[in-house]
Amino acid sequence: MNFKDNKAIYLQIADRIGDQILAGALTPDGKVPSVRELAAEIEVNANTVARTYEYLQQRGIIYTKRGLGYFVSPEAKENIVASRREQLMQGEMDYFLGQLKAVGITPAELQQLYQDFLNK
Amino acid sequence: MFTFNHLSFSYGNKAPKLFNDFNMTLEAGNVYGLLGKNGAGKSTLIYLMTGLLTPESGEVLMEGDNVRRRLPKTVSEIFLVPEEFDLPRLTMRKYISINAPFYPRFSMEDMERYLEIFEMSGHMDDKLTSLSMGQKKKVFMSFAFATNTRALIMDEPTNGLDIPSKSQFRKLITTGMSDDKMILISTHQVRDISDILDHIAIIDHSQVLLNTSMADVMGRLAFRPLREGDQPIFVLQSPYGPLGAVPATEGEETNVDLEMLFNATLQNPEAINRLFTASK
Repeated sequence: MNFKDNKAIYLQIADRIGDQILAGALTPDGKVPSVRELAAEIEVNANTVARTYEYLQQRGIIYTKRGLGYFVSPEAKENIVASRREQLMQGEMDYFLGQLKAVGITPAELQQLYQDFLNK
Repeated sequence: MFTFNHLSFSYGNKAPKLFNDFNMTLEAGNVYGLLGKNGAGKSTLIYLMTGLLTPESGEVLMEGDNVRRRLPKTVSEIFLVPEEFDLPRLTMRKYISINAPFYPRFSMEDMERYLEIFEMSGHMDDKLTSLSMGQKKKVFMSFAFATNTRALIMDEPTNGLDIPSKSQFRKLITTGMSDDKMILISTHQVRDISDILDHIAIIDHSQVLLNTSMADVMGRLAFRPLREGDQPIFVLQSPYGPLGAVPATEGEETNVDLEMLFNATLQNPEAINRLFTASK
């Protein structure tokens, strides 16, 4: 179990859908699988998938048309990036910074590392 | 859908009480995991809720009717898949034609779909007695789901299934579930099913130690590597360092580790009870 593996499943599913949107497999205003379809496909409880959809809806990544199901928002890509940034700052960043502190990486070193990474 | 009212039961007068004033409710639309150690009374509870055993006192109601009366309207809405069972020396086709009429909403279309999930479609004309244990289980579970009873109860359903079948089993549950059904799975093999459960009930010594939704568990307990200052309810040594079940901080959501939750609940029932009865 590492930090990423133990992310709540409904968020892992949200990431999966986000990846599909970013990769263009799901397109703006395109249909997203129904809750039950996706639940059966990935072998996860339907209420968990419902929770994923609620989460994606709140973040403007998908929207619902009454009786027709869920669709990808036109501004999904920007919202996915914003939402991932928020998640990163909330959890993983804390863990990452903790690791840096544990091995004694200074802010100056971190800045250099990040700069080198961006230059690659 | 099911209400257990002040249920008491023991096997014979001298035997210790397995259940004493036991209370629980089960609602439609949920997949329940019933967890407990060997001998905790999981199978007994299942036989009590299907009307196969008589409680010493108290009752189990399904939609308001005592299951012990075994009314047609009750038994046609309950399907039990026991841990071990024998099937008659008939072909699957014959078996279906004899047994399906007892279940008003049986669907042959669903039966075929479920057999396909289990890769058992080609066995319709095989004698049931010629199938392996795992194959029998797959056929019987396919039939169980195809009856479309409102309550489906399975005792250790993944015992005897090979590795690919465990995934097929999860697919069967997620495909066959609907809002008006209730599925109860009693098991030790928590890793096989943790992603498909809505709700868990952990029983021990005739008590419900924990009976709550997976979402509630996620909101209250985090399962992760321990950090300084944590006050874990349960600690597990792992190759990656100590892991723990820790009261979740605001907004912290991790995957529920059912094995850890189970062990935490048995080892430290008071702490679990305090955590889960506290208002959020």
